[in-house]
Amino acid sequence: MLDYINSYLSDTVHVTPGEAGNFFWALVYIIAIFAGLSVAVIAMNWLERKILAHMQIRLGPMRVGPHGLLQPVADAIKLLLKEDILPSEADPLVFWLAPLIVVWTAFTVFIVVPFGPTHAVTDMNIGVLFMLGVSSLSVLGVVTAGWASNSHYPLIGALRSSAQMVSYEIAMGLAVVSAVLMSSLNAEGTGTLSRIGLVQAQEAQQTWFIFKFFPLGLIAFFVFAVAMVAETNRAPFDLPEAESELTAGFHTEYSGFRWSLFFLAEYSAMIAVSSIAVTLWLGGWLRPFPHALTGETWDLVFSLFPGITFMFLAAITFYSVARMPKHPYFRVQTIGLAGFGAVLALIGLALFAPPVRDRIQDVYWFVVKVAGFMYLYIWYRGTFPRYRFDQLMKVGWKVLLPIGLGVLILTAVSGIVF
Amino acid sequence: MQPVATTFFFYFLSAVTVISGLLVITRRNAVHSALALILALIGQAGLYLMLYAPFVAGVQIILYAGGIMVLFLFVIMLVSIEQSLKEEQFSKLWVVGLVSALALGGLFVAVYLKGKGIFPERVMIPPETSNTQEIANYLYGNYMFAFEIASLLLLVAIIGAVVMAKKRI
Amino acid sequence: MAPIGTLHYLVIAAALFVLGVIGVLTRRNVVIILMSIELILNAVNLNLVAFSRIWGLHGQVFSIFIITDAAAEAAVGLGILIAFFRNKETVNVDEIDLLKW
Repeated sequence: MLDYINSYLSDTVHVTPGEAGNFFWALVYIIAIFAGLSVAVIAMNWLERKILAHMQIRLGPMRVGPHGLLQPVADAIKLLLKEDILPSEADPLVFWLAPLIVVWTAFTVFIVVPFGPTHAVTDMNIGVLFMLGVSSLSVLGVVTAGWASNSHYPLIGALRSSAQMVSYEIAMGLAVVSAVLMSSLNAEGTGTLSRIGLVQAQEAQQTWFIFKFFPLGLIAFFVFAVAMVAETNRAPFDLPEAESELTAGFHTEYSGFRWSLFFLAEYSAMIAVSSIAVTLWLGGWLRPFPHALTGETWDLVFSLFPGITFMFLAAITFYSVARMPKHPYFRVQTIGLAGFGAVLALIGLALFAPPVRDRIQDVYWFVVKVAGFMYLYIWYRGTFPRYRFDQLMKVGWKVLLPIGLGVLILTAVSGIVF
Repeated sequence: MQPVATTFFFYFLSAVTVISGLLVITRRNAVHSALALILALIGQAGLYLMLYAPFVAGVQIILYAGGIMVLFLFVIMLVSIEQSLKEEQFSKLWVVGLVSALALGGLFVAVYLKGKGIFPERVMIPPETSNTQEIANYLYGNYMFAFEIASLLLLVAIIGAVVMAKKRI
Repeated sequence: MAPIGTLHYLVIAAALFVLGVIGVLTRRNVVIILMSIELILNAVNLNLVAFSRIWGLHGQVFSIFIITDAAAEAAVGLGILIAFFRNKETVNVDEIDLLKW
């Protein structure tokens, strides 16, 4: 095992643990991804409430912990303590199975997500196909959840969801194919479906695919970005769980822990599809301007970004500490917030250390790009009104599908011409 | 990458596939049948992966389990199943079914016993990493005409489905 | 245990095929009959992919064609089923005994 660790820490390794048949490191990566995802979902829970609240000129959660920082923890405890209700008319087996399907698909896709050239559980030859396929299985969980509840709102939600996800999958697939087609513009003329290979193709062609054949890459990316919101059932396409029409859609009858599984799966599915968009169009783990701004100085500047990010967060936290009310009643909260800021600052300092700095680069840029998408999701939710169902279908079949096909054909033509 | 525990995974996946296949034809409730069929399809995708056919496995999951089976579930939910649950599930043909199944099974066994010599003992291990590219070469080279016909078939299916399902055209 | 050869896969495929045939012949629910047909198609696919290990990738290409075919078949079959259900309010094959109504 020590040999394994040493071989992995050396600079000569250029394969992922799964490819190398290295089970120990694959396990380490799986556990790290699982933990990271859980933390990300908790953070997203808090951030979504806060950002939405600030968009609507509210404060959001402020009571549990300083600035509501402990609100997700309180929510988690509440959900775990709640009674797990099984409706008397429900189909028990399928009712029990549905959240498991959703969670299983949401987490399985992450084994092919490349956080860096070697930072992935494994690199599959069919990576993109695998990811789209497994994430398309999550609709089964939604449909079975709606059916098994044996109640009207969930069934309507399930029917809406299945129609919506099957429709938008096609537009999504076409957009992905045009990106895969761009990856085939090399000397051999063969593209790749491996997600690491796709990022390496962008590195070799010295451009992110979003800027390739401008504006074709941008349009394909746009089609994907719309389809992925529909695919994850988020606003403005959240018809399956539209709370003003269907109370909560397909998970109306779920409570407690099983409901929290749906919640967990929704957010990790959002992260998963964002990671597809990042690998296919936004250069995956590549830092901005890897070819325009080269040289020792720029490398150093960009490698300082992780530390600077955490320092910035720490600075915001300390500013909030300074703004806390001076009344003794708030003393515990102020100390807690200061402690949180200190932790952030310590992490930032650790990220400035050269060995950490160099190893964390790939992961940092990948996570930053995905985080940008997460912010977009929240922004959409705060901005757009919900579509009507016929409008949703119209957008999917009459707008996105023809655009996707057109972009695919034009990409093929430009690939031959240029 | 060398596969590990091939024997175990083969028996595991085939058990999953065959048992879920059995559940498909025995369940009273159509939704349970559909879920069992999905499990069978996924098990079969695993078998494809063991046969060094990753692209077919991916297509199997994305098209069969993610596409066709969602269509099935959608239709099962549209047609109310309460009534069909109370009805007799198996038709009077079950004797015929059993006999024909036994005959077919016997035929297969006979063919496999006689034809064991036909299958070469050695099996090629095709390169897994270029599987997709090679299939694409066949699909757009050797089988170009069949590919075009398949697209025509899909067009016919689309028109047929629309004509069938629409109340008034 | 014996190493896994082509014959092992063929046996599994044969089992699936027989199950599909039994399903088609004995069930009365149209949806389950359609699903049994999917089982039969899958058995054929498994055979083709198993043989592709001996005689090249043609089998895998063919299995992709069969999956396409299955998609078309499912779409048309389920369309017919919905049209039928709208007229007769049942999914029982024994009730499908009229050429025109």
